[in-house]
Amino acid sequence: MTDGATDPAHDAIRADIEANDVVLFMKGTSQMPQCGFSSRVAGVLNYMGVNYKDVNVLADEAIRNGIKSFSDWPTIPQLYVKGEFVGGCDIVTEMTLSGELDELFAKEGIAYDKDAAEKIREANR
Amino acid sequence: MAMEGADIERLIREAFPTAVVEITDLAGDGNHYAATVTAEEFRGLNRVKQHQLVYAALRGRMDGSNGELHALALTTKAPEN
Repeated sequence: MTDGATDPAHDAIRADIEANDVVLFMKGTSQMPQCGFSSRVAGVLNYMGVNYKDVNVLADEAIRNGIKSFSDWPTIPQLYVKGEFVGGCDIVTEMTLSGELDELFAKEGIAYDKDAAEKIREANR
Repeated sequence: MAMEGADIERLIREAFPTAVVEITDLAGDGNHYAATVTAEEFRGLNRVKQHQLVYAALRGRMDGSNGELHALALTTKAPEN
């Protein structure tokens, strides 16, 4: 990760991911995503009943740019669990279907609905 | 701005000369691609690190409103032994 000293937005990002177990930086909000990729990740988390903080990067240009240098990742959405960058849409989708996302939530003590996760996997077999 | 699939493949191959690269133009608009990259360089790295290497190979073309590529669905893996 890049040092936050050079970009004030990094301090705000760091505060968010330290104060919340699960944070999704996305375009739009958890209830009204404004991009298909953000919608897919928010949809998975919503369906699995995960409690997360949604950060709408469209509402803050500094965060929108800062999050990319913070994680050295050029695209949005970005999912953080316990302060660690997990991935974007492709990685979260892969991890959902493989069960790795369940394992991560279980390991980190994040509450989620295992049955819902199984339903997602069944529907995508 | 659009980008040819062949350009994406060339940039990835420059970074990973022995990789197997498959590019699919998802929407036929030169803007939405899927890429699967199988490279020995990925072995032992987590997916975030693997994807970061591919993004680095694409040298800024994914970035922000100036990016030529709006969407690149990425799958990365190391070759099976």
